[in-house]
Amino acid sequence: MSRSATAGTPRSGGRPWTFYVLLAVFILYVIGLYAPMISIYILSFQDVRGGLVFPMKGLSLHWFVDLFTQVRTGDVKGSFDRSIRLAVLVTVLTVVISFLAGMAFRRRYFGDTAVFYLMIGSLVVPGLVLGLGIGLTFNFLGMRPSWYTSALGAQLSCTLPFGVLIMFAVMSRFNTAWEEASRDLGASPLQTVWLVILPILLPGLVAVALFGFTLSYDEFARTLQTAGTLNTLPLEIWSMTLNVTSPALYALGTVTTIVSFVTIGLALGSIVMIQRRRAQRIKNEA
Amino acid sequence: MVKRSDLFGWLAVSPLLLVLIPFFVVPFLVILAASFMESDGFGGMIQTFTLDNYIGVFRSRLTFDLYYETAKFAVITWAFATVIGFWVSYFLVFHVKNQLLAIGLFLLCTVPFWTSNIIRMISWIPLLGKEGLINQGLMGAGIIDQPLAFLLFSNFAVIVAYVHQLTIFMIVPIFNSLSKIDKSLIEAALDAGSSRFDILRYIVLPMAKSGIALGSIFVLSIVMGDFFVVKVMSGGGSASVVGALYEDVGVLQYPSAAASAVILTLIVVAVVFSILRVVDIRREIAR
Repeated sequence: MSRSATAGTPRSGGRPWTFYVLLAVFILYVIGLYAPMISIYILSFQDVRGGLVFPMKGLSLHWFVDLFTQVRTGDVKGSFDRSIRLAVLVTVLTVVISFLAGMAFRRRYFGDTAVFYLMIGSLVVPGLVLGLGIGLTFNFLGMRPSWYTSALGAQLSCTLPFGVLIMFAVMSRFNTAWEEASRDLGASPLQTVWLVILPILLPGLVAVALFGFTLSYDEFARTLQTAGTLNTLPLEIWSMTLNVTSPALYALGTVTTIVSFVTIGLALGSIVMIQRRRAQRIKNEA
Repeated sequence: MVKRSDLFGWLAVSPLLLVLIPFFVVPFLVILAASFMESDGFGGMIQTFTLDNYIGVFRSRLTFDLYYETAKFAVITWAFATVIGFWVSYFLVFHVKNQLLAIGLFLLCTVPFWTSNIIRMISWIPLLGKEGLINQGLMGAGIIDQPLAFLLFSNFAVIVAYVHQLTIFMIVPIFNSLSKIDKSLIEAALDAGSSRFDILRYIVLPMAKSGIALGSIFVLSIVMGDFFVVKVMSGGGSASVVGALYEDVGVLQYPSAAASAVILTLIVVAVVFSILRVVDIRREIAR
């Protein structure tokens, strides 16, 4: 490799040899990160002869059709539907509750440290343990676990701490002078929140929404014991990894990743758009 | 007398508590209670007070093997994730001069985090399998003439899958800590004649410490609480603490499952809080 030729000879003005070593580390990391994922996307487009490994056998959408029509691959359509609904529900609740909690944590209040540690505990507790606990609680109370009650709560127990931690980072960049200015100009507290704080924090809230949606949509360990009789998509994928040995599994991987990528694209795209509009407005006023 | 700031704080944080109390505090208390009960053998629980479940867990040789196995995976994964995470972040912060490019490359590293863990795990099958790409390539190149069997469904595969999933948890906080280092500080050190190794040792590493601590919390707690990576990627060759707990749940042995759940949770919490003593993450994130 070319980097060995430059090793140990730092040229003045050029890049140090460490640059090339770390560049190699970085490239290897990115390849390691993406190569496996890309290979299953490619393999999911095989035809009916397809297997789990390369070489590609044919090119078709056979396994995607198989996925949504065959009964033996389980209720993919239904679980997909439920996962999306649940993720939307989790996203909305996560954004609202994390925003409020973030506002609370801007100042010290009695017991804030306890609440903070409670949140960290909820984040690091093993997912299956929490799921088991919620399942047993519902059992004791004589309630049936279902995806929109127990699984919703189980997922919020991990998305909320995440969301609040992101709010900490977002709020630390918030200059309180803007808030004071708004108050000095006669805005009510509610107006200050709605017209000043919220618009400024909007990109951060989009980031919270992105985390909320994707964490919920892919959540597995906490949902396993709490979803009740109807599966969410990751649970469906899980049972497929244990039973299905056809590229249908990869096809499902491709479909769910497309949904994730669309979500990421929407979130990052809207953050960029908000920033650009802001820059434009500042330019216009100058 | 209730202060106004306290009132506002509690009001704004109450929705959070309305979720965390019924879905974290109460379930944990229920598990704690269940761990002292007796199983009736049919998935029900007899409400008594017994320490048998804990005695059973501590007496079993299996418990120690499981914890040893899980701790081994956690430490090895942590080591790889820390080293890779540190150098990738270091590269992005100090070697990529164009800020926009650095953020773009950083996003490139984080995008897979927002996709399914299970899918990312099984995506190693076409690469590591007996007829996978790596074996095909090595055999094609004439380096080996028998496919390497240890690549998939082995402890090696478990580590690969963990590092693949969790290095991101190191990259984000370390990248964040390193970005806060004032570049002129490094210029000053260079001007004062310190070597780049000294800069790494006396400036970069101390500043990276809090990021590493934050990443460690995620990596260690996730590996300790995981069971599906071990189950699928080891091909049944290895077990994990949560995996065994899940088997207990599968045969409706709730009290003994609850006892090992309590023990595991206490251990995870102890690990996390000992890391929190080193770093004040609240200040760290908000800085």
